[in-house]
Amino acid sequence: MTGDFAVWVYLSRTPLLWLTVTLLAYVIADRIAQATGRHPLANPVLIAIALTAAVLETTGTPYATYFEGAQFVHFLLGPATVALAIPLYEYRATVLRALVPMLAALVVGSVVALSSALLLGRTFGIPRDVIVSLAPKSVTTGVAMGIAQSLGGDPTLAAVIVMLTGMTGGILVTPLMNALRIRDMRARGFAAGLAAHGVGTARAFQVNEVAGAFAGIALGFNAFLTAILAPIAVTFLR
Amino acid sequence: MILCLTLILLAQLIGEALARAIDLPVPGPLIGLALLLLFLVLRDRAPRLAPRVLPPALVDGRLEGTGKGLLANLSLMFVPAGAGIIGRLDVLEAHGVALAVIVLVSTLSTLAATALTFVAVSRWLAKAKPGTKPGAAS
Repeated sequence: MTGDFAVWVYLSRTPLLWLTVTLLAYVIADRIAQATGRHPLANPVLIAIALTAAVLETTGTPYATYFEGAQFVHFLLGPATVALAIPLYEYRATVLRALVPMLAALVVGSVVALSSALLLGRTFGIPRDVIVSLAPKSVTTGVAMGIAQSLGGDPTLAAVIVMLTGMTGGILVTPLMNALRIRDMRARGFAAGLAAHGVGTARAFQVNEVAGAFAGIALGFNAFLTAILAPIAVTFLR
Repeated sequence: MILCLTLILLAQLIGEALARAIDLPVPGPLIGLALLLLFLVLRDRAPRLAPRVLPPALVDGRLEGTGKGLLANLSLMFVPAGAGIIGRLDVLEAHGVALAVIVLVSTLSTLAATALTFVAVSRWLAKAKPGTKPGAAS
């Protein structure tokens, strides 16, 4: 018994265990998603996160210990973002042809994302520092945290809200687009990337490569536009 | 594959350096994306020169394969950060339901507004300029 415990103590401190747990959770989640025919509700990100969090909770593992192993996976977000250039280049003709609709959708989407968060926040009587952390919720985490901090918000809260937004968008984009009868994969992908950043983009790539390429563009440009628009929008709060 | 990954990491590294140096509101990887795009454009501008100057892995489609391999597993890469979020759900507690409603309503409106604008403008353009089919590539 004490021998088993010693093995656990040793393993639980190595990156190997937590890296394996992360990959295993994802493999299981992906299998579940596949079994449901990639049903939007069976979002692999959400399932994998829930499984991992459950393991951490039951073993009482601190997040810092977990992250020592998981950081190798987390690190790949950067190179994967760079790799978005590849589908973007492959579909460059399609993308260039859709330049005007993209720019229009970018401006409208970015303004709606910001203003709806600010207006709803005010309606619900949410304190200013929380509203400010809510404003960049559709933007990729790193940028959103930076925006929230520079406006006097809480970066951690911003990161939590960004992730929740990503999940919400990733799960709801397909049923919503079906309900609106939008079949244009360019529009669907662009909306997913704009409203739900990387998580939406991951969903788009699962559905269709053209959707993925357009989601990647939306993710990039919305990060840029929101960084410019958020400080302006927040001045209307007073 | 290592060579392809090296090129991708190099693009990110230069991107991070540029983002720090000129204080852009865009994260380094997004600048890296632009740099890799530039590389691909320049590579194909010189179809005769490129295979002679560049290592084969960057010309024969292996670079594309590596990039698509990364993107196919984009979902996996959100798991570590997401698991951390579960531990910090306490920051939501004070505002719980209100924040959940705001995130839901705002995300749905953003999705709908973006996609509807895209479709409306591309239809309008197709009408103004007959001969181009809307959503022809989808």
